[in-house]
Amino acid sequence: MKTTIVKNVRIIDPATNTDLAPEKDSGLIAKNGMITAVGKGALKDIKEDGAVVIDGAGLILAPGLVDMRVTVGEPGMAHKETLATGSAAAAAGGVTSMVCLPTTDPVIEDVAGLEFIARKAREIRGTKFYAYAAATKGLGGKDLTEYGLLAEAGALAFTDGAKAIGDAAVMRRALSYAAQFNRLIIQHPEEPSLAGSGHMNGGETATRLGLKGIPRLAEVMMIERDLRLVEMTGARYHAGHISTAQSVEAIRQAKARGLPVSCDTAPHYFALSEFDVGDYRTFAKVSPPLRTDEDREAIIDGIADGTIDAIASDHMPEDQDSKRQPFAQAAIGVIGVETMLPIALELVHKERIDLIPLIAAMTSRPADLLGLPAGRLAVGSAADFILIDHQRAWKIEAQQLKSKAKNSAFDKRPVQGWVERTVIDGRTVYERATDLRAVA
Amino acid sequence: MAFSMPEFGHRHILGIAGMPPYDITTILDKADEYVELNREASGKSDLLAGRTVINLFFENSTRTLTSFELAAKRLGADTINMTVATSSVKKGETLIDTAMTLNAMHPDFLVVRHQESGAVELLSQKVNCAVLNGGDGAHEHPTQALLDALTIRRRLGKIEGLTVAICGDIAHSRVARSNIHLLSAMGAQVRVIAPPTLLPSGIEEMGCTAYTDMREGLKDADIVMMLRLQMERMQGQFVPSIREYYHFYGLTYEKLGVAKPEALVMHPGPMNRGVEIGSELADDINRSAILDQVELGVAVRMACLDLLHNVWQREEHSKGKPDGDATGTEG
Repeated sequence: MKTTIVKNVRIIDPATNTDLAPEKDSGLIAKNGMITAVGKGALKDIKEDGAVVIDGAGLILAPGLVDMRVTVGEPGMAHKETLATGSAAAAAGGVTSMVCLPTTDPVIEDVAGLEFIARKAREIRGTKFYAYAAATKGLGGKDLTEYGLLAEAGALAFTDGAKAIGDAAVMRRALSYAAQFNRLIIQHPEEPSLAGSGHMNGGETATRLGLKGIPRLAEVMMIERDLRLVEMTGARYHAGHISTAQSVEAIRQAKARGLPVSCDTAPHYFALSEFDVGDYRTFAKVSPPLRTDEDREAIIDGIADGTIDAIASDHMPEDQDSKRQPFAQAAIGVIGVETMLPIALELVHKERIDLIPLIAAMTSRPADLLGLPAGRLAVGSAADFILIDHQRAWKIEAQQLKSKAKNSAFDKRPVQGWVERTVIDGRTVYERATDLRAVA
Repeated sequence: MAFSMPEFGHRHILGIAGMPPYDITTILDKADEYVELNREASGKSDLLAGRTVINLFFENSTRTLTSFELAAKRLGADTINMTVATSSVKKGETLIDTAMTLNAMHPDFLVVRHQESGAVELLSQKVNCAVLNGGDGAHEHPTQALLDALTIRRRLGKIEGLTVAICGDIAHSRVARSNIHLLSAMGAQVRVIAPPTLLPSGIEEMGCTAYTDMREGLKDADIVMMLRLQMERMQGQFVPSIREYYHFYGLTYEKLGVAKPEALVMHPGPMNRGVEIGSELADDINRSAILDQVELGVAVRMACLDLLHNVWQREEHSKGKPDGDATGTEG
């Protein structure tokens, strides 16, 4: 395999708190899919003959993004997204590793399901796919799946996806059993009986729109219950896509007490609020629902102070038929793997958070939570990296996105910053300059 | 000057918890005597001739019931087996009613198995005869622990200083609890091994060390005691599947390899082959003491009946009552 050289580039690697301005001899070399040199002096005495040389002038070199929460349409829902279209979208968004939820059809709850994802990923040779396995059989919230065998087969963690494990006894068993194999239980933090059949955040907007609301309390109540069980079992627990100020505070206090807990959020929870539901806009129907501005602010603070460990896209492709429905009947979810980085960069441009911790929340921190060998620019690790033009202004056009589904909540939104190039195992899998559909 | 052990003074055998080591030794020594009697062709004594033993089983049992029945018969007692359909029994009041009814018939021994922990003790408070616990809920199964101890003592010559690993469904096992009490009282190091979902909280406070990794728990063990996965007692699911359970907690030659080379394999039965134990291993007479356990069970139960009989006889004498009453005349 050819040698790839990146030069004249600003290098950011949150894993080592590195931010190097471009200078002579500084850069990155990848050979045979691995990083062989990076940083200051890496390019000293290097011969460029026959190598692919990338001029990174004006760009940032960062580790490829690790997206820890993605729904894919395969198996069973390929009309919404295939692993191939998901991989293309991810590459265009700078995501080099993504972890699929088990909410497929059939549910990923056995070794065969994991092997299917792995085999498809090998065929596609694009973004790296990893998978969680269902925490309970059929996502039914009752009977545990075979955590041991699934962990041995590569399941990174166990979760029922967008369904909460509502039964406390089941959650207790799930936590203590998963701890045995050092795997996280990832909870959808929503007390099911309290959330009921609500469709958006409970409050004045929901009342005005005549939509059944989901109280914010449903989220923190579930997290607080789970934290008690974490205390009891000593197991590692992760609250997926948290959305409320109270949740951030509950996790913050739990961490201060030394509990092994973590959490993530998704771009729509810090970039949008319940007002974006506007006139029954189903592309703003997500679970948990978009919350208030106060919650949105608290989420940003949580990312800034590290309480929120990771930003994940919570990419959930839906076809038009599922979304073009009365709000209450419309499917839940938005796509996001391709727009995660520019939406997150808004926080940097608004000076709410520094670039390194922001990139960390999308690279080394999720990788560390899941034990993935990704998310860092280290010699000897896979050459998965991206080049970002973080100043570039553009407008998101849902129709131009590479996902098969177009249910973006950020259509027509002006943003700043995009991925110029995505490299996986030393191979360029996406390049903006040659992408005819890229939005200028 | 030699010290003699105090006389066995228990009116009932309800559990091992709190039973002093010398009482345990007394039972085991007595049982040792009965082992030989059992092996004789006639194998009978008339010690309990004219006495009545009622086996009152609220829960299905084959081996324990048969073992108690044989023990009583070999000592010459009359035995009656009563199996009570659990579905038709209302808890609490009905148990006491049953006890009072039986008491009115003046049995000498009641052997009781009940699905609720503590039920046997409650019943013992209401009757005027010796009560033997044949297993109550997830609480105690004293004669099983005693026969396990006898098996160990006869095979290895001692209990003190041995490392015993009890592996399997600890949460639902009365056998595990009785064994933890007995073996630690007798100076063995007890380990329990189970998936975290089947390790009840606070188990270590009973005097054992808990492991969730089977290989760690089995390391250098002298005795490996396997337990049955008690699906019928589980409310909800504690392990994902039999396949997974066997993969991580099923005893195989490979896993047994980390225990001492001569480590003895035990199982209170009934065994689920391919669930908690590999079939070849269960049948390996060089490693498995499972059939010894069954044989010694009868001897242990004879010893218990014998010793309890003595206690009640002494009591009757001290009250100045003649031996035997409504149930017949001794001798």
